[in-house]
Amino acid sequence: MFSKRRFITLAMVLVFMLSLVGCAQKAAQQPTTPKAPANPNVILATTTSTQDSGLLDVLVPEFEKRTGYVVKTVAVGSGAALAMGEKGEADVLLVHSPAAEKDLVEKGFGTNYKLVMHNDFMIIGPANDPAGIKGMKSSAEALKKIKDTKNPFISRGDKSGTHVMELNLWKAAGITPVVGTEYQETGQGMGATLTIANQKNAYTLTDRATYLAQQKNIALVPVVEGEKALLNIYHVMTVNPEKWPKVNAEGGKAFNDFMVAPATQEIISKFGVDKYGQALFFPDAGKNEADLGK
Amino acid sequence: MELIWDGLVQALHVLITLDPTVMEVTWLTLRVSGTATLISVLIGVPLGWLLALKQFPGRNFLVSLANFGMGLPPVVVGLWVSIFLWRSGPFGALNIIYTPYAIVIAQSVIASPIVISFTLAAIQQIHPRIRMQLKALGANQMQMLFSLVREARLGLLAAVMAGFGGVVSEVGASMMVGGNIPGQTRVLTTATVLEVNKGNFDVAIALSIILLLLAYGVTAVLTTMQQWRRES
Repeated sequence: MFSKRRFITLAMVLVFMLSLVGCAQKAAQQPTTPKAPANPNVILATTTSTQDSGLLDVLVPEFEKRTGYVVKTVAVGSGAALAMGEKGEADVLLVHSPAAEKDLVEKGFGTNYKLVMHNDFMIIGPANDPAGIKGMKSSAEALKKIKDTKNPFISRGDKSGTHVMELNLWKAAGITPVVGTEYQETGQGMGATLTIANQKNAYTLTDRATYLAQQKNIALVPVVEGEKALLNIYHVMTVNPEKWPKVNAEGGKAFNDFMVAPATQEIISKFGVDKYGQALFFPDAGKNEADLGK
Repeated sequence: MELIWDGLVQALHVLITLDPTVMEVTWLTLRVSGTATLISVLIGVPLGWLLALKQFPGRNFLVSLANFGMGLPPVVVGLWVSIFLWRSGPFGALNIIYTPYAIVIAQSVIASPIVISFTLAAIQQIHPRIRMQLKALGANQMQMLFSLVREARLGLLAAVMAGFGGVVSEVGASMMVGGNIPGQTRVLTTATVLEVNKGNFDVAIALSIILLLLAYGVTAVLTTMQQWRRES
């Protein structure tokens, strides 16, 4: 017996599944762009702060519009982004972990190493400032006081640029932080770490851009800021195609050039002004790194 | 409480205005997870079928593997698929890491054991006398297959639902092999994580509601198919 209903059911299932496959194939042909460079896909490995602050939502579409490339942004900590560069899994890196970056450039994995922009880190904490560090000029001394007063501090713990900066500050304070009740690691990006620090009413080190972007949810306030050691400097570099022939060298270079182009630098300087009343990043293309913060 | 309210308002707003960005993400989610479910059905139903009906040495071990695979952690699958698809990996030349294809592959790996195990259970549950009866009536292989699929329909559609539910809700593998790239590999789960990281909790709530609606919608369609005969 061949029931009509059963036939309809089967037909429905078939049509449903075939339509899914059809769509999947369409999606594959989609990334064709007006100018269509030879290899249109550029993999950008970058930090969570550029994504969580919303900067890339502005810059990437602009780059794609101008050049016809399609950017695959992989936002991870700077440590992971640099590792991707070292393995040739990315074409261009936008990162903020200067010591580790220079290491990569010296080893020959990164080329076209250029200064892009900066903002700054700050220590934020509960408004009533239980550690009593508000207004201190030295971040290292402030950290020491947080530890001495046994106040909680939340660390990124993910080898990101922010984490490396934090560890350097602890080093300057002569302290080796040990994970325990007061010092905790989240292992997550800046945005998630801010939420956790806020819930735990703890101190943490953050970049200004992510903090401003999240300010509406966060009761923690800046307590130590403005020190030169707290500068947060972003560089761009192309992954060296001589080390990794599969790298999209032209695409990487195009993004590299784009980041330091005057028009892009202009966009960076205005980013966030309308929303937060202040710029989140300060463009630095062509400047000398040593002059920053003067 | 205000936050939940904001989220609900946001969700309603997105649904009424059919916000193009969110619709694109939702559509991609449906396509990717639907395709992965389809692939896992194509792999899982025949394998579950074989495991249910054939006796051979090592069968019990394979069955236990399939049952174990139902709980395969998506991050583990994501990591291994990444390693294989990276430029430095054995399938690097395919250039499909950070594309929807990569997510489809990872999700198919996640869903296949679920479909195998559910199919196996569904077919094994059919009374052996039905098979003998079919044989006695002179059914050939194809007729036998269709008759048994019809008998096992409840369980087979449960397999499809479990497979789809498993992949549409996972975030670890999609994030790792897809990269959460807007317009390319951003699906509802990874978009939700990003909005939480950005501190846009209202948008995150809205996305979570849309994900639930999508998962429910697909399950409802499949349930209707499953229960169809009951109405007649």
